[in-house]
Amino acid sequence: MKSTMSLVKPAMRGLLAKRLRFHLPIAFGLALVAAVAFKFTVTEPRKQAYADFYKHYDSMKEFSAMREAGVFESVRPTGK
Amino acid sequence: FVSHNALPTYFLFASFTDCFSPSSKRQTEVRGVAKVEDYTLPAYFDRRESPLPDIKFVQQLSPDQKSLKEKEKGSWAALSKEEKIALYRISFKESFAEMDKGTGEWKSVVAGIFFFIGFTGLVVLWQRNYVYGDVPHTFDPEYKQKEVQRMLDMRINPVEGFSAKWDYENNAWKK
Repeated sequence: MKSTMSLVKPAMRGLLAKRLRFHLPIAFGLALVAAVAFKFTVTEPRKQAYADFYKHYDSMKEFSAMREAGVFESVRPTGK
Repeated sequence: FVSHNALPTYFLFASFTDCFSPSSKRQTEVRGVAKVEDYTLPAYFDRRESPLPDIKFVQQLSPDQKSLKEKEKGSWAALSKEEKIALYRISFKESFAEMDKGTGEWKSVVAGIFFFIGFTGLVVLWQRNYVYGDVPHTFDPEYKQKEVQRMLDMRINPVEGFSAKWDYENNAWKK
């Protein structure tokens, strides 16, 4: 059947290099995308949440509220 | 005593006493032949990695198959399609497609897995009811309520977590 023409010689070398040339850019790209996505969905909102919390934070008020609730051992509530 | 299995022809003496004449040929006398076990003979395997087994699949040919083998000695163009397939089936048991075909055994395996996981669930349920004692008092709803109140008082995770979801002005969870 194939006596008049010969088969194409298969690739014998550079198989790993060929695979890496294809897959490494994809791998690096996906890793980069994952990092960027995490930054903008998690770290930036978290930084903003902390900034917002402490913008109008009255620590003395919070302390008094916690004291009255009785969670401290060093100071008791201002009770009789 | 001389055994009669596969005697060399020059050993057929006329009288019994001739067997005891001092001859070097006696050292080649055959005592007996061991029984040939099946597993010692070449066997037939359907394997992808060794495509041509040691023996043909059909060892005892029927008369039809014998005549077909005779026809095979002639021109192969004269063979019909069915005859070619019959010749193939004489030499081989399964084709590559047949031997590579999956068995569907995985369905039984998965079914068994699910079944035994389910059975284990029943065992665990029985164990919860008949082996284990009561949980500690710290699981009581009233106790849990006091725990939640204490966590809110301590302002646990006030920025993004637990206490951040509590509305301290209105004493309720944030909507």
